[in-house]
Amino acid sequence: MNIINIEHIAKVYQVGSEEVHALRDVSLQINQNEYVAIMGPSGSGKSTLMNMLGCLDTPTSGIYDFKGVAVSEMTDNELAKIRNKEIGFVFQTFNLLARSDAIHNVELPLIYAGVPSAERKQRAEQALMDVGLKDRMHHKPNELSGGQRQRVAIARALVSKPAIILADEPTGNLDSKTGEEIMALFHEIHEKGNTIILVTHEEYIAEHALRIIRLKDGLIENDEKVVKRYIPKSKETV
Amino acid sequence: MDAILFEFKEGLLIALRAIKANKIRAALTMLGIFIGVTAVVLMSTAIKGIDNSFQKGISALGSDVLYISKWAWFSNEEWWKMRNRPNITMEDYYEFKELAKLPLAVAPVANSVQTIKYGDRRVENIFLTGSNADYVKTTNFTFEQGRFYSDVESNSSRNVAVIGSEIYKKLFPRGDALDKTIKIGGVNYKVVGVLAKQGSTVLGPFNPDNQVFIPIGTIFKNFVSRHFNSITINVRARSPEMVQETKDEAESVMRKIRGLAYNEPDNFSINQQEALQEQYNSVVGVIQIAGLFITGLSLFVGAIGIMNIMFVSVKERTKEIGLRKAIGAKRRTILAQFLLESTVICLMGGLIGLIAAILLSLMLNQFFPTSIQWSVVLIAILISLLTGIISGLAPAYTAAKMDPVEALRYE
Repeated sequence: MNIINIEHIAKVYQVGSEEVHALRDVSLQINQNEYVAIMGPSGSGKSTLMNMLGCLDTPTSGIYDFKGVAVSEMTDNELAKIRNKEIGFVFQTFNLLARSDAIHNVELPLIYAGVPSAERKQRAEQALMDVGLKDRMHHKPNELSGGQRQRVAIARALVSKPAIILADEPTGNLDSKTGEEIMALFHEIHEKGNTIILVTHEEYIAEHALRIIRLKDGLIENDEKVVKRYIPKSKETV
Repeated sequence: MDAILFEFKEGLLIALRAIKANKIRAALTMLGIFIGVTAVVLMSTAIKGIDNSFQKGISALGSDVLYISKWAWFSNEEWWKMRNRPNITMEDYYEFKELAKLPLAVAPVANSVQTIKYGDRRVENIFLTGSNADYVKTTNFTFEQGRFYSDVESNSSRNVAVIGSEIYKKLFPRGDALDKTIKIGGVNYKVVGVLAKQGSTVLGPFNPDNQVFIPIGTIFKNFVSRHFNSITINVRARSPEMVQETKDEAESVMRKIRGLAYNEPDNFSINQQEALQEQYNSVVGVIQIAGLFITGLSLFVGAIGIMNIMFVSVKERTKEIGLRKAIGAKRRTILAQFLLESTVICLMGGLIGLIAAILLSLMLNQFFPTSIQWSVVLIAILISLLTGIISGLAPAYTAAKMDPVEALRYE
């Protein structure tokens, strides 16, 4: 099933008197249960595309349909709603609320979705268990390791059962061993039927995906299936 | 409706979390509102207290009594002009009493300040009022014990005294003052009456509770010169409606006694409680406005403090706001979160301030009349609520309209 359908989108920023073309003409489709990596050097429009896919930003021109609904014509509140229900964000810097424990961090999207407290607790607990943090639920971020923090962030992304998981350099702040563990977790999440979009600039991280989209100067340079897919070894640690 | 309630409840919880996370900062911010609310409430309580006790006190003077005197209580006329007026004498009083037909009662009054002793107890600087038996008819006195001195006693200038309730309390802590002998300025007097509590403290020495009343002949005999001192003639109208008529008559009678030609100004003054009231209103009105303005200013400073803190807080939590927006917080959710935060801070500060003000005013009541009004309590709560909303609005709006992409990128 087609989840994301992008046709000829462009994004132009006005910086002073100068127009910056972050995206020139990008078209792509992403189907259910795909595992896509978006790659490109800085300035390639990778971040802009990610913001667009994540419904944080709207294109200047072109069509963006999310599950058949035109995102490009949505209001701020409609965008907030779609981010809340359909998109799970995982950031490079985790972006957890420092003063709240793991379970409250995971609950957060459900609060904005209007889920009552008891159900929220139960779903957040389940999500934390799914990422292997059963006994870390009431720890605050500063009591957790980098890998554990990213797991909390992944649990937060999963808890609202979104249509896509959007991960922006999820291993960028982790050492290679922990990064590998996180990639194993993504692998498992994908196996369970989720759709994952991974933004990275590292080739070996991108090779965990099934498809790589390479951007350059605001255009898609290359969009192809991964020939030699990298399957994480440390799956058993999950 | 349910959705709004849900959002309100969750927003409140988030706000409380944020306050809890920054206890010291929240407490310092609250201090601003706390001081402001305490000051405003205390000020209005004190003003109301003074007002109440003034009104009560002034009613003891009676609104239907005129005081004919050499001096005007409040006047723009220069004092040396009044100094050159002739004294009001006992002869003036006799003539006035003869000629004036309208008054209910007329009494001459001479005053002195003396020390009163009973046994080894003493009270100093007591306002001594000398008059005759008619004096009691110019007042609304009620008696705790005994009576006012009689015609016979005043006409024969006996050493008898009627004492005010405060003096009674100080000199006779064990009660029963009747027929006891007190010393006034070293002379023995027999107590024939004790007044029930009359006025209030605002009148100071003029409060009947703090006075001693003796016959006017006696005061001339022992303390003041009949020939060098001016007396006051107290005139009571038959009813409050007749005050003006009685005053007009009193003026013409006095002019006749003094033999003034039609083009000569009065060389006496007819004073009224009303003058006191007017003077009070003009002075206290200004004090009220100034007091509330100054204390209101401190509340305003507190509000600016909150706004400042909220702006810092929004700036500091830019990334958090970005994240909240990314995972689905709407504009109004963010707006509500920060508005609720500042409102809760203000409300807490305001409530603590209110409690402090009530406790303080109860304490102050020992020395100073205060009166807590429930309307002020309500207004204080409302003010702190409004302060929270107003000072939180601009920062909350800044937070709500942040672009999530920019906010997430903020370091």
